[in-house]
Amino acid sequence: MTHDYDIAVIGGGLVGTAIAYGLAKTGQRVALLDEDDRARRASVANFSLIWVQTKGLGMPEYSDWSRGAADLWPDFRDEIAALTGIDLAFSQPGGFHLCLSEAEVDARALQLARINAQAGMSPLPYEILGHNAVREMLPDIGPEVVGASYCPLDGQCNSMRLFWGLHTAFARLGGHYRSDHRVESLTASGGGFVASTAVGSVAAGKVVIAAGNDSRRLGAMVGIDAQVRPQRGQVLVTERMKPFLHYPTITVRQADEGSVMLGDAIEEENPSLVVGTDVLAKMADRARRMFPGLSKVNIVRTWAAQRVMTKDGCPIYDESREHPGAFVANCHSGVTLAPRHAQTLAPLIASSRVKAELPAFGTGRFDVSTVH
Amino acid sequence: MFRRFTDRPEQAVTITVDGREISAKATDSVAAAMFAAGITTCRTTVVDARARGPYCMMGVCFDCLVIVDGVGSRQGCMTRVRDGMVVESQKGRREIGR
Repeated sequence: MTHDYDIAVIGGGLVGTAIAYGLAKTGQRVALLDEDDRARRASVANFSLIWVQTKGLGMPEYSDWSRGAADLWPDFRDEIAALTGIDLAFSQPGGFHLCLSEAEVDARALQLARINAQAGMSPLPYEILGHNAVREMLPDIGPEVVGASYCPLDGQCNSMRLFWGLHTAFARLGGHYRSDHRVESLTASGGGFVASTAVGSVAAGKVVIAAGNDSRRLGAMVGIDAQVRPQRGQVLVTERMKPFLHYPTITVRQADEGSVMLGDAIEEENPSLVVGTDVLAKMADRARRMFPGLSKVNIVRTWAAQRVMTKDGCPIYDESREHPGAFVANCHSGVTLAPRHAQTLAPLIASSRVKAELPAFGTGRFDVSTVH
Repeated sequence: MFRRFTDRPEQAVTITVDGREISAKATDSVAAAMFAAGITTCRTTVVDARARGPYCMMGVCFDCLVIVDGVGSRQGCMTRVRDGMVVESQKGRREIGR
């Protein structure tokens, strides 16, 4: 049977688009099937961080995977700029996790020590810094900042330009983007797959499910148990300010265009996309304690979104045993991992080597019958 | 360019705008007082530094942002003058702490 495409990628967010772009680079004929603008896109919850220092406790492979992504970022930035002219505003000055109590500092130090104590990974470079050392690099911190962890591998970018750059690069390489193509059903057929949508069907030799929190529904249709759940986050954005914050922190960062983003919330089992002022007030209060100079600054936007979260917080990359050629890719770090998805994961999908090369990230790790 | 509708007597106050003393009426907004004194530019934009002045005069357009007594991004049209008030035009983006 002939297919319309070699590969169909389901999901036009940061993860799906990075994979689709990477597949197009390998010479595959690629369709990127997306929902419309009303999609509950998990990418909306991104914070534009390239973040390494909190990743991989319990799965050292994820630490190395993230660290490798950060290492790939400079070349990736150059590649997107050369292809599209879009500047991703990437910088990698290192990042801070600010702590407002001794208990928070102790918890950070313990978590980083536990990550680095794991066998089989390259230890992360990091420092636990006291107030004065932090203030030398972040002069606007307030007296309540007791200390911080600092990791020189962390960085940031402009995630809206990343999204735009990936879509533009994908189109430049001849990829076909299809909006309004919510996949209703996915069936194995004729040595490939047929994705049915309200506006017609698309046949492809392989399929990649990168549909965020909808991946569980779609995965079940091709024998993949993609155990993801929505985890709510909220973001506050200030008016544009003159540059003062030259390093990203995990909850407060200044965008290249001047806005300050505050994101400090994790809420489980709350499917709403309506912002909650109680949580927003706590986020703003913590930001004000970290940077008292923000106290009178105007907040101009706020939103809520649903992250994609796996049971262990680490990505899922796998191929269906039941229907080879059907792949799944899910994670909550679509910004950090964008170069990994384009440059490493996509070629492994194209050559059907995901299971062989990335065994730690398979869905089998959640299968209780294999754990015990 | 602008003139007052009435000349009814009102208490006069003095404010400074970018170091220049101007006389205003006690019920004026900062934006109205600046207009009455012939000052039509109050800020420059955050993206490309173009001049802007008060536009809607009713609190919705945010083109009249000024620094009032050291606090940035105040809406000039929604802020009543006070004797001795120090107003500065806002150049581009706001600074942290003010």
